[in-house]
Amino acid sequence: MIIKEEIKNIVSEFEALHSGQFASVVAATPAFLKNIYNQSIAKFKSIGLPNRKNENYKYLDIANLFTKNYEKAITPTQVKVDINDIFKCDVPELDTNAIIILNGFYFSPDGNKINTLPSGAVVGSLSQAIIDYPELVEKYLNKSAEKSDEGLVALNSAFIQDGVFIYVPKDAKLEKPLQIIHLMMESKSIMAQHRNLFVFEEGSEGKVVICDHSLSPSEFLTNSVSEIFAAENAKIEVVRMQNEHNSSKQLTNTFIDQQKDSDVIINTLTLHGGTVRNNLFVNLNDEGCQNRAYGLNLTDRNQQVDNYVYINHAKPNCHSTQLYKGVLDDEAKGAFSGRIFVAPDAQKTEAFQNNNTMLLTDDAQMRSKPQLEIYADDVKCSHGSTSGQLDEDALFYMKARGIGDKEARMLLMFAFAHEIISKISVEPLFERVNNLVEKRLRGEMSRCNNCMMACDTNQKNN
Amino acid sequence: MSNKEKDQEQILRDVTQTDYKYGFVTDIENDMIPKGLSEETVRLISAKKNEPEWMLEFRLKAYQQFLKMEMPKWAHLNIPEIDLQEVIYYSAPKEKKEVKSLDEVDPELLATFEKLGISLDEQKRLSGIAVDAVIDSVSVKTTFKETLGEMGIIFCSFSEAIKDHPDLIKKYLGAVVPPSDNYFAALNSAVFSDGSFCYIPKGVRCPMELSTYFRINAANTGQFERTLIVADDESYVSYLEGCTAPQRDENQLHAAIVEIIVEKEAEVKYSTVQNWYPGDKNGVGGIYNFVTKRGICRGESSKISWTQVETGSAVTWKYPSCILKGDNSVGEFYSVAVTNNHQQADTGSKMIHIGKNSKSTIISKGISAGFSQNSYRGLVKVLKGAKESRNYSQCDSLLLGDKCGAHTFPYLEVDNRSAIVEHEATTSKISEDQIFYCNQRGIKTEDAIGLIVNGYAKEVLNKLPMEFAVEAQKLLQVSLEGSVG
Amino acid sequence: MLKIENLHASINGKEILKGVNLEINPGEVHAIMGPNGAGKSTLSSIIAGKEIYEVTAGKITFDGINLLELAPEERACAGVFMGFQYPIEIPGVSMVNFMRTAVNEHRKYRGQEPLLAADFLKLMRDKKALVEIDSKLTNRSVNEGFSGGEKKKNEIFQMAMLEPKLAVLDETDSGLDIDALRIVANGVNKLKTKDNATIVITHYQRLLDYIVPDFVHVLYQGKIVKTAGKELALELEDKGYDWIKKQFD
Repeated sequence: MIIKEEIKNIVSEFEALHSGQFASVVAATPAFLKNIYNQSIAKFKSIGLPNRKNENYKYLDIANLFTKNYEKAITPTQVKVDINDIFKCDVPELDTNAIIILNGFYFSPDGNKINTLPSGAVVGSLSQAIIDYPELVEKYLNKSAEKSDEGLVALNSAFIQDGVFIYVPKDAKLEKPLQIIHLMMESKSIMAQHRNLFVFEEGSEGKVVICDHSLSPSEFLTNSVSEIFAAENAKIEVVRMQNEHNSSKQLTNTFIDQQKDSDVIINTLTLHGGTVRNNLFVNLNDEGCQNRAYGLNLTDRNQQVDNYVYINHAKPNCHSTQLYKGVLDDEAKGAFSGRIFVAPDAQKTEAFQNNNTMLLTDDAQMRSKPQLEIYADDVKCSHGSTSGQLDEDALFYMKARGIGDKEARMLLMFAFAHEIISKISVEPLFERVNNLVEKRLRGEMSRCNNCMMACDTNQKNN
Repeated sequence: MSNKEKDQEQILRDVTQTDYKYGFVTDIENDMIPKGLSEETVRLISAKKNEPEWMLEFRLKAYQQFLKMEMPKWAHLNIPEIDLQEVIYYSAPKEKKEVKSLDEVDPELLATFEKLGISLDEQKRLSGIAVDAVIDSVSVKTTFKETLGEMGIIFCSFSEAIKDHPDLIKKYLGAVVPPSDNYFAALNSAVFSDGSFCYIPKGVRCPMELSTYFRINAANTGQFERTLIVADDESYVSYLEGCTAPQRDENQLHAAIVEIIVEKEAEVKYSTVQNWYPGDKNGVGGIYNFVTKRGICRGESSKISWTQVETGSAVTWKYPSCILKGDNSVGEFYSVAVTNNHQQADTGSKMIHIGKNSKSTIISKGISAGFSQNSYRGLVKVLKGAKESRNYSQCDSLLLGDKCGAHTFPYLEVDNRSAIVEHEATTSKISEDQIFYCNQRGIKTEDAIGLIVNGYAKEVLNKLPMEFAVEAQKLLQVSLEGSVG
Repeated sequence: MLKIENLHASINGKEILKGVNLEINPGEVHAIMGPNGAGKSTLSSIIAGKEIYEVTAGKITFDGINLLELAPEERACAGVFMGFQYPIEIPGVSMVNFMRTAVNEHRKYRGQEPLLAADFLKLMRDKKALVEIDSKLTNRSVNEGFSGGEKKKNEIFQMAMLEPKLAVLDETDSGLDIDALRIVANGVNKLKTKDNATIVITHYQRLLDYIVPDFVHVLYQGKIVKTAGKELALELEDKGYDWIKKQFD
C-alpha cells in the first residue's frame, strides 16, 4: 500500500502545478471560476488522495495510480491528422450529434465550439460556455461537486478547463441522442481531467451517450467529473460505454442532482480498461424522483473495475434501483460498493440494490459491499448480492435439449449480461452493445476493434 | 395525527419503556483493586489470582500490544471517549477460602443468582444445565462439575483451569483470538479476570447444556472475562451464556473474548441471551459491550453454530465468527438484535471459508425502536482453496417508529469461482394491514405487535435451547412492549 | 429402442433404484406409476443424464448404444427427450434463441445444415399450432413467469420442435387443470408415430385417460414390481398403492 508520505508528495506536485504553470494558462479566468480553483485546491490539499484505509476505497489503491509520472494535460493537444481518419464510431447507425473530447479538451475540426440546436438546447465546449454563458455556468458549475469530500473530485475541480456543456431549456427535448466521445491519444503518458456539465431544465428530455476510448498505446490516467442537473419533471438517460486499453486508468465521478418528479437512468458499461473506478453520487432532492443506475463490466486478464454508488434519498416518495453485474475472467478483480441512504422522514422511499457476479476462473476476485443506511420506517428497501457460477440446473436443462456445454454456458452468460443491456433505450446502441457483448463473451472481439493503433495486440505480448 | 395513530404511539411508548428488571444491586463486600490501567494493574491482577509466570507473561505481552493500538472507529456507533483509567479492573466478592460446597458460598450471592433465575443448587435444578456463575471479575460457583468429570468433560472457571489444566490452556489460549487481534481483545488478554473453560473429550456428547452466567455487580468496574471451549473429535456440546448488570447512571465496560476450537466431526452450539443493562430511556448509563467471539472449525466436517439474542447494552460491538478451515465444515450465525431508546448496536458475523465444500449460513434479524441505531455488519470471505463452498446470508431489519435507524453493511469477498455466495436483505415495518388483520380477529394492537415481532424473529428463536427460547421470547416482548406507530 | 437392465442407482450413497428392468420398442407408450419416493423421477433423471445420481450397476442401451456413456446433450441429440416435472426458469434467455440453438444442435448432430431463420420461424409457428400453445409464450424468456400449466405446455411444444425418438414425461400432469391436461395429452398423442415411443411417469391414473398406454409398470422401492396392460392403471386407481405395498412389503 502507498504510504502517507508518497501521497503528500503527489499532492504537493499538484499544488505546485496549480500555482505555477496552470495559473499562467488560466490567467484570464472569470472570478467565480477562480474561487472554485482556490477552494478546491485547498480542499484537495486537506483531503489528499484516497488510499485503502478509506472504507470506500478498501479494494483499490487509488493513490497508487498516481505514482507514475504522467505529464498533466493542461493545454489542448494539437493534432495534425484528422481525428475522423483514425477514429470511427463503432455504432454506425447511431444517429447522434457527436462531440469529441480529446485528452480532456473539446476538439472541433471546424473551429465551432458551441452550437444551439433547433430544440433550443445549447451543446458544446465548457470553456466556450464559460465565455458565452457565464451566468448559467456559474449557477451550476461545481454546485453538486463542492458538497463532496472526495479528494478526486476536489482535484478535478481545482483544474477545471474544458469538457462538454449541455443546456436543455424548459420543456425542450433533444431531437436525437448526443454522443460524447472521450478520446485519449498521445505518444507520452498523460493525465487528463475533463469536466462535463449537463443542465436539464424543467420538463426537458434528452439522451446522452458517452464513449470512452484510448487511441494510442501510451499509459493514460483520466480523472473526470460530470455534473448532471435534472430539474422538475426532467427525463434523462445517460449511457456510458468504457472501452479503453489495458494500460489506461480511468476514474470517473458522476453527480446527479434530481428535483421533483425527475427521472434519470444511468447505465455504465465497462467493456474494457486497465483500471476503472466509477463513482456515482445521486441526490434525490425532492419528492417523486426516480433514479435507475445500472452497470455491467466484462473483465479479464488483470483488469480491475470498481463501482461505487451512493444514492441519497433526502425526501419522501422517491424510487431508486441499482443493478450492477460483472463477469470476471482470468485474474480480473471486481468490486462493487453501493449505499442507499434514506434520510429521516424520507417516508415511502422505495430503494433496491443488487449486485451479481459471475467468476469464470479461480484467480478472479470479487468484492461486494451492498449497504443500507436507513433512518425512516415506512420504506421498502432491499438489497442483494450474489457471486457464483452459472446455474447448474439451467445448464442441465439446456443440455437436455441438446445444447452443448460451451454453447449453453455462452447463452447463460449472455443472458446474465443481457439484463443490463436491455435497459438501453437508444435502439441502435442497444443492438450494437448486444453485439459487442456477445463477441466479447465469445472471445471473438479484438478488444479495441475500432482502434487503428492496435495497442491491444502489443499488450498481449507484455 | 388520528386518534388511532395516537393510541398506537402511546402503546409504543408504554412497551418500549418497561423497566429493566435486573437492575438491582447486591450488597456484598468486595475485594477491589484501585482504578486505572498500567503494567502494575496487570501484574496485580495476575498476583491476586496467584497465576503462574507464563500466564503473567501472556498478559504483559498483550498489554504491550494494547499500548500500540487505537480504539476502532469503523463501526456505525457513536461512542463517547472511554476513559480506561477510570475503570476498576478487578473486583471480587470477598471470600475467605476456596469454595468446596454450596454451603460455603455467600448466601447473598446465592440469593442474587436466585433472583436472576439462576439456581446454583444442583438439587433444585430441574433440567440438566450446568452453570458457571461469574460475578464481576470471578467465578463463584460451577455446578455439576463432578457429574461431568466422570465423562472426562472439564467444565470449570478459567482460574481453576490455569491451575489444573495448564497444558490445555497453554495450547489453546489465544489460538483463535490472538491478543493482537483487535484493541479490545488486547485489553482483555491483559486484564481478564476469570471466565469459563470447557473441554469435551473425543467421542463424548455432553449430556447437559453447559452455561455461564455473567453478572456485573460492583460500580465502576469493567468486566473482562474469557471463555474457551475445546471440542475434541466427534464430540458435541451446547453452551449457553447469559448476562445482566445493575442499573447505574455511569456506563460500564464489558470486553470479553470467547474462543471455540472444534476438531474433526465435532459440533459446538453456542447460544447467548445478552441482557446487559441498556441505559435508561434518555440514554443515560448502560453497558458498553465490546466482545470478540470466534470459533475455528479445525477438523473435517466440524460445525459451529452461534445463536444470539441481543437486547441489552447501551453499545454493542460484536461479531461472532467462524473460521471454516476443515473440509465440509459448517458455520452458522443466527441473531436477533433489538435496540430501543438510545441503544446502539453494530453486530453481525464473519465467515471465513478456507476448507473445501464448507458451508455457512447467516440469518440476522434487527429490530430497532425509539431513537436507537441498529446495524448489521458481516464479512463472508471465500479463499481460493475453498472450492464448492456455499454461503447464504439473510439480514432483515424491522423498524418500529420513525426516529430509529436500521443499517446493513455486508462485505462479500469471493476468490473462488465454484463458490456460491448469496446475500439478501430487506427493511420493513409492521404494516397496518397486519395489525388490522389481527385486530379483526380480536387481538389487541400491543399483542399483535408482540406476535408479529416474535414471528419475525422465530427463525432465530427456534435455534435456541428450549429453556432459553422461552426466556428470549419474553425478553423480546419486554424490550419492545408498545412499539409501533 | 430402449433397454434398461438391472439398473441400480444411488444419490449421496443412498440406493434409490435397486435393479430396474425395462424394454421399450418403437410405437409403444409405457406408463410408469408408483407411490411417492418409489424412484420414478430418479429413473427419468438417469435416462436424461443428471449427474447427481450415481449408477452403481446395470446398463441402459438406446438404439444399441450405451446411453450411460453419453453426455446429457448427446443423449438429447440422439433422440431422448425429457419433459421436466419442474421446468427450469432461465431469465434473460428468450424461447426463440433457446429453441433455435437446440434445434440447430440436433441438426448438427445429424450432419445437417442449420435452419435458415425464416424456416425456423415457420417451424415454430407450425409446432405452436400443433400443440395449441399461445404464441405469446414463445416471446418470453424460457419458462420465466410462466404458470404451472404454461410451463408444461411449453415442454410439449419443445418436444414437438425436437421430434425425439423417446420422450420421457416426468409427472407432466402434476399441477395441471383439466383443460391444460387435455392440451398436453393431445399434444403428446399428435406427436405419436410408429417410430417413436413415450414413457409417461405419473402418480395418478387421470392422465392415462388421455394418453392410453400399451403397458403399465408399477415402480416400488426401486424396482418394477408389476407390469400389465392399461387395465392395471384402473386397478391401481381403484385399490390404491397400499394394495401394492401390502404385496411387497
